[in-house]
Amino acid sequence: MSAKRQKRKQPLPAPGEWTFELIEAYHAEIDRVARNYGLDTYPTQIELITSEQMMDAYSSVGMPVNYHHWSFGKSFLQTEKSYRRGQMGLAYEIVINSNPCIAYLMEENTMTMQALVIAHAAYGHNSFFKGNYLFKQWTNADAIIDYLIFARNYLTECEERYGEEEVELLLDSCHALMNVGVDRYKRPEKLSLNKELTRQRERAEYLQSQVNDLWRTLPTAHVKTQAVEQRRFPSEPQENLLYFIEKNAPLLEPWQREVVRIVRKVGQYFFPQRQTQVMNEGWATYWHYTLINTLYDEGLLADNFMLEFLHSHTNVVYQPSYNEPWYHGLNPYALGFAMWQDIRRICENPTDEDRYWFPDIAGSDWRETFDFAMRNFKDESFIAQFLSPKVMRDFRLFAILDDDKESKLKVSAIHDEEGYRRVREILSDNYNLGSREPNLQVWNVDLRGDRSLTLRHQAYQRRPLSGDADEVLKHVARLWGFAVRMEVAREDGSVEILHECRQERRKTDT
Amino acid sequence: MVRIIDRRFDSKNKSAVNRQRFMRRFKNQIREAVADAISGRSIKDLDNGESVTIPSKDLSEPQFHHGRGGIWENVFTGNDQFSSGDQINRPQGGGGGGTGKGKASKDGEGEDDFVFNLSREEFLDVFFDDLALPNLVKTQLARIHEYKSQRAGFTNDGTPANINVVRSLRGALGRRLALGSPYRGQLRELQQQLDELLETRPEDDPEVLKLKDEIGILRAKIEAIPFIDTFDLRYNNRIKVPKPTTQAVMFCIMDVSGSMDEDKKATAKRFFMLLYLFLTRTYEHIEVVFIRHHTIAKEVNEEDFFHSRESGGTVVSSALEMMKDILHARYLNGAWNVYGAQASDGDNWENDSPHCRELLADTILPFVQYFAYIEITPGEPQNLWREYEKLIGAHPNFAMQHIEGLPDIYPVFRELFKKKLV
Repeated sequence: MSAKRQKRKQPLPAPGEWTFELIEAYHAEIDRVARNYGLDTYPTQIELITSEQMMDAYSSVGMPVNYHHWSFGKSFLQTEKSYRRGQMGLAYEIVINSNPCIAYLMEENTMTMQALVIAHAAYGHNSFFKGNYLFKQWTNADAIIDYLIFARNYLTECEERYGEEEVELLLDSCHALMNVGVDRYKRPEKLSLNKELTRQRERAEYLQSQVNDLWRTLPTAHVKTQAVEQRRFPSEPQENLLYFIEKNAPLLEPWQREVVRIVRKVGQYFFPQRQTQVMNEGWATYWHYTLINTLYDEGLLADNFMLEFLHSHTNVVYQPSYNEPWYHGLNPYALGFAMWQDIRRICENPTDEDRYWFPDIAGSDWRETFDFAMRNFKDESFIAQFLSPKVMRDFRLFAILDDDKESKLKVSAIHDEEGYRRVREILSDNYNLGSREPNLQVWNVDLRGDRSLTLRHQAYQRRPLSGDADEVLKHVARLWGFAVRMEVAREDGSVEILHECRQERRKTDT
Repeated sequence: MVRIIDRRFDSKNKSAVNRQRFMRRFKNQIREAVADAISGRSIKDLDNGESVTIPSKDLSEPQFHHGRGGIWENVFTGNDQFSSGDQINRPQGGGGGGTGKGKASKDGEGEDDFVFNLSREEFLDVFFDDLALPNLVKTQLARIHEYKSQRAGFTNDGTPANINVVRSLRGALGRRLALGSPYRGQLRELQQQLDELLETRPEDDPEVLKLKDEIGILRAKIEAIPFIDTFDLRYNNRIKVPKPTTQAVMFCIMDVSGSMDEDKKATAKRFFMLLYLFLTRTYEHIEVVFIRHHTIAKEVNEEDFFHSRESGGTVVSSALEMMKDILHARYLNGAWNVYGAQASDGDNWENDSPHCRELLADTILPFVQYFAYIEITPGEPQNLWREYEKLIGAHPNFAMQHIEGLPDIYPVFRELFKKKLV
């Protein structure tokens, strides 16, 4: 890059200590370059915070406001402990998918780090949040902060009215089900504070009346009895356990349903992040690298700035090998960064191999291709679509088959001509939430009998549920109010009851 | 377009509420940790926090995950030796091809117990919680020492508000004198020469002019010495002195005969700790004398007092004799406030109890501020109790309490500190 570098501008000062004026100056330049590249972002709001506040933000899952719960206290203590002992550094930045996009910068960062973080978070992540279809569909950046404020106030109100313990137990149970509280295929409704507030009461009353109807014990007309006996409930298996409980649990009070809903909505908000780690982090890393390098080429950045920047960047995209002690799986920053760089390479300088593998994008305009890829994919499909043989060779990827019925592991494919497709397929499947997490369904409710709820685990590749599943089942039972069963449906067609949790709870007046 | 906001001075303790929730939820574990800490600590050591360990299984937040087993196929980086179809032995410890992502790290965390630190306030809170203290007393006890500010000379640095003008100017004057004196000596000499010359020569004689010049230079040098300099500044110095200045001695007498088991000793220890804590609020310096007894009494250090095991019968008077002796030998010079605290299960040798009462009434109670007896026994009061009961009316500085559990300890102190609290 230095070849085409022209020293026509005075470089921005790069002292160790940042100042507000400098942050503004750097931001202005980064903003200008980002516009030239056509990055479309929400307006940015940069907030400077201390490390203490960073730990606060960590423990409330990165949100600026959140309701109170002991588990957040636990994660605060955990973070604080490991930070104080020097076992971990804090992230340099937290970015919130809201409009305006809020980026937290830590006070301790040097000027270089602040510039890196602005490019990474306020332009990289920000444009991803605004463009990617999952975020567009699942989250509403305009309303999230308002919704969290609503949630916190609502929970505080509940605590005052029903007692902290009661609310805490309920939240425990909801948190246990947070990862099975998402509609994977249905598009959720938009959040809006006003709508939530005005509709919340109506909804509570309406829901209660619906539920009561479902559980009506008055004798029904004789003619209908036959039909009702045959009725299966739910008529189709449901994947969203929290939603099912919110709508159908017989004994929940209206306020409890609202709390279930809040936890469900918050869980849903984080759903896209879990599915776009590689893409999103890779995208942000690619853009901080590109934006800063462009500024350097323009002569705006000093050499000492660049050295520090490259040092940090290299650390971020470091990928250890499988046999090194600090190997913790694939580094999403490294893989994502490599893939985006590779896509640009394929667009600008395709080889014959690229033309064979990627006829659509080889030689195309890289910015259009980037935009298309960023908007329309998630990790699973992004890897399936864009992971090139070159990246597989560079990372020396190989796949291992671990079958607990075999005594040995088997190398199923490596980075060679026969293996490329297989490796890519497996890696893509590794990022598929559907196969990564157990497939659970609300299978049946015994409407006419003991009102018990049956969940079914559709086993995939003979993978069992983890040992604490029975603990989670207790939480389900607490919410449902009657017995809950967990059965497993194996691939050979057999069905077996794994756990059963009996719950005798009667509605009391207290 | 961009908004830059400085949040560094916003409230820091956003997580304080969550921390409290966490503490409340794990109250039992924290209580246990505090109870352990108390049995391990010196009774004087109540001003520190404590680190609390909670087994991670109690803390877990279960979720539906995949467990180990079944078929997994994962991708790794950095292939250095494998070709398709190779068979590899399973790595020890089941890492390698193991379960899904994210799971492995959770397992890794699971092995460590969760440790965190209680602050001093939180520690005392839990300690007081067991003892069922009224809130007012809690705040009284948990209060950090009060200090009063007192003048203590002058210092070279401080805030402008504390500048001592007289001292500073005196210093400046001295410095000016010291720095100026060599010049003034020369000045005087030259002046003298000039006066002598002027008697013989006219005003515009070259030598006269030269002398005048030199005199001028010297005067300028004296003028140039600064009137006041930063190192002339002196500031009033104030130091903080702790308020209470009196001293007290506290006698701890405990029965260590076979019938006093560990539980009873632990109760007794809390009783002594609490008394100590009360005394530290009132007295600057406290000495503690430990006397343990079975049939014979012995003065011991704290470690032996609580932890060594003895067995055999009980003669309480032996300990009271010893207390009397030590009291008279060391602490009756008028400089000491004497407190006595006795813990026993009340199971004394029958004939000894009346003797104990007499000893107390005649040789100890007249000299002590306060003497408290606690009888730690689940059942009926024993013979010692019945003897001591006779003392109550005649001696306002004597208190006794039958203790079954920890909440019974506090009432002993209620009488004692009533005057100071109200």
